Amino acid sequence: MAESRVALKRSEVEQLKAVCREFNNDPGELINVLHKAQGIFGYLPAEVQEVVAQELNIPVAKVYGVVTFYSFFTMIPRGQYPISLCTGTACYVRGADKVLDEFKRLLKLDVGETSADGKFSLNCLRCVGACGLAPVVLVGEKTYGRVSPDQVREILKEYGYEV
Amino acid sequence: MAKYSMHLLVCGGTGCRSAHSAKITENFKNELDASNLSETIQVIETGCFGFCEKGPIVKIMPDNTFYTQVKPEDIKEIVAEHLIKGRKVTRLLYIDPEKKEKIEDSKHMGFYRKQLRIALRNCGFIDPENIDEYIAREGYEALGRCLAEMTPQDVINIVKESGLRGRGGGGFPTGLKWEFASKYQADQKYVVCNADEGDPGAFMDRSILEGDPHSVIEAMAICGYAIGATKGLVYIRAEYPLAIKRLQIAIKQAREYGLLGKNILGSNFEFDIELRYGAGAFVCGEETALIHSMEGLRGEPTVKPPFPAESGYWGKPTNVNNVETFANIPVIILKGGKWFRSIGTEKSPGTKVFALAGKINNVGLIEVPMGITLREVIFEIGGGIKDGKKFKAVQTGGPSGGCLTEKHLDTPIEFDTLIAAGSMMGSGGMIVMDEDDCMVAVAKFYLEFTVEESCGKCAPCRIGNKRLHETLEKICKGNGTREDIELLQNMSRVIKDTALCGLGQTSPNPVLSTIDNFWDEYIEHVDQKKCRAGVCKDLMQYVIRAENCVGCTACARVCPVGAISGERKSVHKIDPAICIKCGACIEKCKFDAIFIQ
Ligand SMILES: Cc1cc2nc3c(=O)[nH]c(=O)nc-3n(C[C@H](O)[C@H](O)[C@H](O)COP(=O)(O)O)c2cc1C
Ligand code: FES
Repeated sequence: MAESRVALKRSEVEQLKAVCREFNNDPGELINVLHKAQGIFGYLPAEVQEVVAQELNIPVAKVYGVVTFYSFFTMIPRGQYPISLCTGTACYVRGADKVLDEFKRLLKLDVGETSADGKFSLNCLRCVGACGLAPVVLVGEKTYGRVSPDQVREILKEYGYEV
Repeated sequence: MAKYSMHLLVCGGTGCRSAHSAKITENFKNELDASNLSETIQVIETGCFGFCEKGPIVKIMPDNTFYTQVKPEDIKEIVAEHLIKGRKVTRLLYIDPEKKEKIEDSKHMGFYRKQLRIALRNCGFIDPENIDEYIAREGYEALGRCLAEMTPQDVINIVKESGLRGRGGGGFPTGLKWEFASKYQADQKYVVCNADEGDPGAFMDRSILEGDPHSVIEAMAICGYAIGATKGLVYIRAEYPLAIKRLQIAIKQAREYGLLGKNILGSNFEFDIELRYGAGAFVCGEETALIHSMEGLRGEPTVKPPFPAESGYWGKPTNVNNVETFANIPVIILKGGKWFRSIGTEKSPGTKVFALAGKINNVGLIEVPMGITLREVIFEIGGGIKDGKKFKAVQTGGPSGGCLTEKHLDTPIEFDTLIAAGSMMGSGGMIVMDEDDCMVAVAKFYLEFTVEESCGKCAPCRIGNKRLHETLEKICKGNGTREDIELLQNMSRVIKDTALCGLGQTSPNPVLSTIDNFWDEYIEHVDQKKCRAGVCKDLMQYVIRAENCVGCTACARVCPVGAISGERKSVHKIDPAICIKCGACIEKCKFDAIFIQ
């Protein structure tokens, strides 16, 4: 797990404990709890996992096992503008890989990374179900459809990207 | 719906919503208010119409006018022209690609002509957030009939008689599955709806839940009655926020109407539904993995038997069905098993929803009777291949399926014929590929998916798929040999025979089917180091066309690695040993003198 420890805000920890209580501190609700926890903290660092383990009375290793199993959970903070590319099949055959390359090139990030200034993060998703708009890119909640590599720069500019 | 003289149906599916359909609804409401029409004309945000290619869609009833690619700015004109003056806005009508004629009425569109909608019966017709609209279309009548007139065994018998087979991929007879679950005695049983929809490129389950959530709720209650369960769970992907929201609304409304909860419709039957969220793991679509995930564990599958019908969620008898399977149930109860059997084929009765995607003109969601041919689906309903290119393959069954080709176009589509052709039905995703797609790279793409999604529990899947992927990568990089193709085939068979769950048992299918159907392409890759589709970068060479080169030196100056040489005003040359194929020279050349070989 992460070397340097993060200090969690007290109020957020209380919020997390309340979530666990809402689910009756039931270990069977672990995934639901983690969904809510990621909603509160934006990601699931070791410290959050420890609180969850404590509250649900299960080993931290078990929580860690679940967090790392599911791609929806992340232990790295996402950027202010999280960029997700669909790399589902429909998007792939319509050129999603070339769009991804362009994002990687411009942001100098690899998939799963967050920029040093915390502004952008780059991730891949498997099919958001908008295959008619392939290739699909999500920035936060906003969807961009039929994206071509030469539109990437324009999209990034909307979020204050400068070369 | 009686008090209104006209209804405006605006598609509110995920696809159209990403193209601002919510704004369209809002603009309609404002315009109608401004023209004092909101008393007589109703705006309804529906589920998906299926014709995602031309979204956002607006349909006007009762005259069936079908407007495509509507923008929020168009609303003023539609209201002023169509709704007030009765003149259709012709520029927004769909144009038949063949006859080049404008089509006013959706019934005459090639896309809809061959479709038969059972599971999607309400999608695009009703407001999914309003239970009354579902009820107005015979909603909850089937549940009422089961509770009032039928024994649980009667219900099972009708489903058995219908011959309905699971739409989640396996094609197991639903009636039989219900019967197994009903036979086991326990203090608690569960009905689970599998809404994990992991196959990328398939979005029918999402569309049903977004467009007609009550049909699934009603069917789960019917199943609960049939097998003796009082608890239902929907396992749904977290990637589907809109479907989750509509399902939550629908469950709440059903409870308020006494259609969920205790003493449903005055009987002593009790049933309620809760949601469980997935967290992005493909293997969780497999039923045993799904059950573990619902218990808060890592989504790893376990060996069957015991089947969930005997020991499932928390060790209790559990019946797992797919969303689309459930959506068929209420209609089967109302119209009978015989009626359902009269549709489709002998071995695969009924219809199937397919998601058309990829290089096809009409991307979207269609529902057709089983037994229809691929040709009808791709060329008549799907409108053929994009940009007039040549059809190469259609991938069905997702990462577990295979690629079918020209020679399969006239095969009737049903569970068993697809398996015989080396693919499978899967959840109904159909990805169409054209001459620009390299089949070796496609196989590699699917293996990349499997490697990422393998849960790692069994060695054949965890290690074997990785080796398959490496070997494909080697071939795509131009380092492959004929022995590698043989290795792929052997290893695929071993993985299929020895993997623990359905994921590994089917993951080599894309490899085997592309080798079978596109042998020449594999051979070209290994013998001639050539990729005819021009996809495998390492097999491409940048070459200067001597006739066109004027010797301007622009390419040599832009080349980051100094691979281009030549005197000013004389033909240049690219040294393939140095070239990194970045493409900078092509972009720079004004004389079209550089091409990829
Ligand atoms: C790797 C794997 C993934 C699966 N994914 C799904 C899925 O996303 N949705 C689904 O309904 N069934 C999926 N299934 C099939 C389920 O295990 C199960 O057979 C199905 O939900 C049963 O419902 P049905 O009989 O109504 O089809 C998957 C199976 C395997 C082996
Ligand atoms: S494959 Fe990208 S949205 Fe479906």
